[in-house]
Amino acid sequence: MSEISMSRPAVGEAGRTGEWRNSRPVVDPAKCLAVKQGKVTCQICWAYCPDGCVAQGVGPVIDLTYCKGCGICAEECPAKAIEMQPEALHGVCAIDAGGEVAR
Amino acid sequence: MATKILDLPDVSYVLPGNRSCAGCGIGIALRQITAALEGKMVMTVPASCLTVFGGMYPISSVNVPWVNVAFPSTAAAASGIAAGLRATGRAGEMTVLAMAGDGGTGDIGIQALSGAAERNEDFLYLCYDNEAYMNTGTQRSGLTPAGARTTTTWAGKRENPKDLPRIMEAHGIPYVASTSAAFPADVYDKVAKARGIKGLRYIHMNTPCPSGWGFDPKDTIRLGKLAVDVGLVVLYEVEDGVFRLTGRSTSLAKTGKPRVPVAEYLATQSRFRGMKPGAIAEVQTWVDGRWDGYVARDAGHCAG
Amino acid sequence: MSENVSVMTGNEAAATAAKLARVQVIAAYPITPQSPVVEQLAAWVESGELPAEFVAVESEHSAMTVCIGASTVGARTFTATSANGLAYMTEQVWWAPGARLPIVMCIANRAMAAPWNVLNDQQDSMSVRDAGWVQLYCRTNQEILDTTVQAYRIAERLHLPVMVCYDGFLLSHTMMPVAVPTAEEIDSFLPPFTEPFTVVDVDDPRNIGPVVIADPRADETGVMRGGYMEIRAMHHRALLEALDVIVETDDEYAAAVGRAWGGLTWEYLLDDAEVVLVAAGSLGTQATVTVEALRAEGIKAGVLGIRAYRPFPVEALRGKLAGRKLALVFDKALSYGYEGPICSDLRGSLLGLDDAPAVFGAVCGLGGREVTPDHLAEATRRAIAGLDAGARTRATDWINLHLDGE
Repeated sequence: MSEISMSRPAVGEAGRTGEWRNSRPVVDPAKCLAVKQGKVTCQICWAYCPDGCVAQGVGPVIDLTYCKGCGICAEECPAKAIEMQPEALHGVCAIDAGGEVAR
Repeated sequence: MATKILDLPDVSYVLPGNRSCAGCGIGIALRQITAALEGKMVMTVPASCLTVFGGMYPISSVNVPWVNVAFPSTAAAASGIAAGLRATGRAGEMTVLAMAGDGGTGDIGIQALSGAAERNEDFLYLCYDNEAYMNTGTQRSGLTPAGARTTTTWAGKRENPKDLPRIMEAHGIPYVASTSAAFPADVYDKVAKARGIKGLRYIHMNTPCPSGWGFDPKDTIRLGKLAVDVGLVVLYEVEDGVFRLTGRSTSLAKTGKPRVPVAEYLATQSRFRGMKPGAIAEVQTWVDGRWDGYVARDAGHCAG
Repeated sequence: MSENVSVMTGNEAAATAAKLARVQVIAAYPITPQSPVVEQLAAWVESGELPAEFVAVESEHSAMTVCIGASTVGARTFTATSANGLAYMTEQVWWAPGARLPIVMCIANRAMAAPWNVLNDQQDSMSVRDAGWVQLYCRTNQEILDTTVQAYRIAERLHLPVMVCYDGFLLSHTMMPVAVPTAEEIDSFLPPFTEPFTVVDVDDPRNIGPVVIADPRADETGVMRGGYMEIRAMHHRALLEALDVIVETDDEYAAAVGRAWGGLTWEYLLDDAEVVLVAAGSLGTQATVTVEALRAEGIKAGVLGIRAYRPFPVEALRGKLAGRKLALVFDKALSYGYEGPICSDLRGSLLGLDDAPAVFGAVCGLGGREVTPDHLAEATRRAIAGLDAGARTRATDWINLHLDGE
């Protein structure tokens, strides 16, 4: 045991925070500017995610294991390409042992 | 040249699965603060919402050196770390960043900050202002806006908030800035600029808080930007005593577009529910007076 | 030993020790009677005679905080204070040992307000005895210098802060001969501080001093790490280890410099003593004059001096007090509503000892009230009379008190 409290950083300190949410962001590739242009573009969802759950990409990839469902990405997407869908639509608890990602 | 969102580096020192509230303004900003310093930093963090990002022993959610400190002591701890790094020949290794909330900066923490500023200690101080003692459940602070309901101002706070950046300006430090977590690229730029300046650099960052202000977490960015459009939050820099507005506040001052009425902003958050028209009008007058002052300073009408 | 003998005050001795110890960061706020320590160190730093960082903090709370910050990144630190200054930094006085930082602090003991009083008693340091520092008390200015240097060795071996206490004005402002060791002697005794527990490294980013929950919790690799109680238990154990380390350090210092101070306790005419006067600090020196006078009257009196108050030297005290008739403890402090702190601690430590002495307590010298060897002698005679009349307990004897009608 250590004499002092000195933590190391790791993902998921609070567990699978994806379990907090009532609704999840779903990206519509047909509307996403990055997908339409075929290159990394905009990335506003990536910038505004408080938890860093959005990976940049064509289009961006949201980590549903940890996404808390705040809805900022959906609210701020200039192309309205992200919709917050109730968890119930995706099964009561859609986080399985391996985590889940949505495109 | 202001950095665009697309040009922000794709790095993250803030790890998912942390304990902050959904939609927390601090998280958005912290990602850019740590990116601007390239993780070459040590943070002093008092008891506060930010502590939550440090996690519970033995796991933390932020991938940079971080020292937790007692509530009143953020600026003194940073002074000590800076002195210790100099004394052990390590001063060039990292930026010392003191980061505390409005309470830890302007109330219980102001003595240590004022002392550090008077001595022009060499570190960067960033105040994330979520306008109340949020970590203990939303009690009023000296930076809570007039009219806001908190758990110690149930009928709405009577007083206007302290002007902390102005107080810091009065210490004659080389860099004072005002920014907002709703403008992460602005946060990035100001931290990156401050990084290269010696002495005490103070950045004040308005930080929307869905839990404490009473709004849907999806609106963190929208309301942060709205506050700037009202003129309630003003983006600016004071470098060696020279004041200039920045970003959206510059545009607002120069286009002559009317600012959004305060009432529209107040209507978005349940902490202001129940504010009477008379009180709202007083806040409008207060905001107008302050805004005119900022515009005048920007135009160079007074030296500060 | 090629020492330079000088005449200096206790405050100068403390500052000289910090200089010899090659402290790297100094942060202190002035308060009577400690201020000359700060002033001397500021002068030496300005002249370059002491190459340290001097942070002119705006309060005692910040003074201890700066030491905490600097110590966290591995710098050797020093501060000093008294009375209300110590009280103001108390939150951080608790922080430092819990964080296992080897800070050294000198206390020029002074009375606590209210009411205001700048003169000597031991209330200030006694009141923070529970916080988990090593606490050592000095009798003379020579001991202040030697003990403050030793404090760094103790602190850095155990990763614990050490408080070196000396009587305000009686020692802090009084000139005494002090032999100043050479830099070579101290360097051979005290190596640089190179192994803090804390890691501040951009290539190994750690979060130091976070919230710790009640129970042990697994880290990210599945290894169990302690909860709050485990961390505090290890702190307590380190403090108990100090019982040996304090003695060893005194011996090592004697080998390097030629002087030792008794380790945990010191004694005078104790061997065949039936009546033992117990005290910490310069009061103990006065007691040595008292016991010579008492011996001349046929009373077999001796002195047992407390050098280490925390950790409390239970075994040493039990060993040295077994078989005595009476231990009379003179406290320059009070746990208000009860009795003198050393008295309580000592009486409690003798519980279960077959041939334990009776333990009576006396309170003296509060707020600088004069205490003479005669006062101590009269108190001892009163205590012996009470014991001989059959008392096994006795109300605390307030010495040289002048309440109306009493």
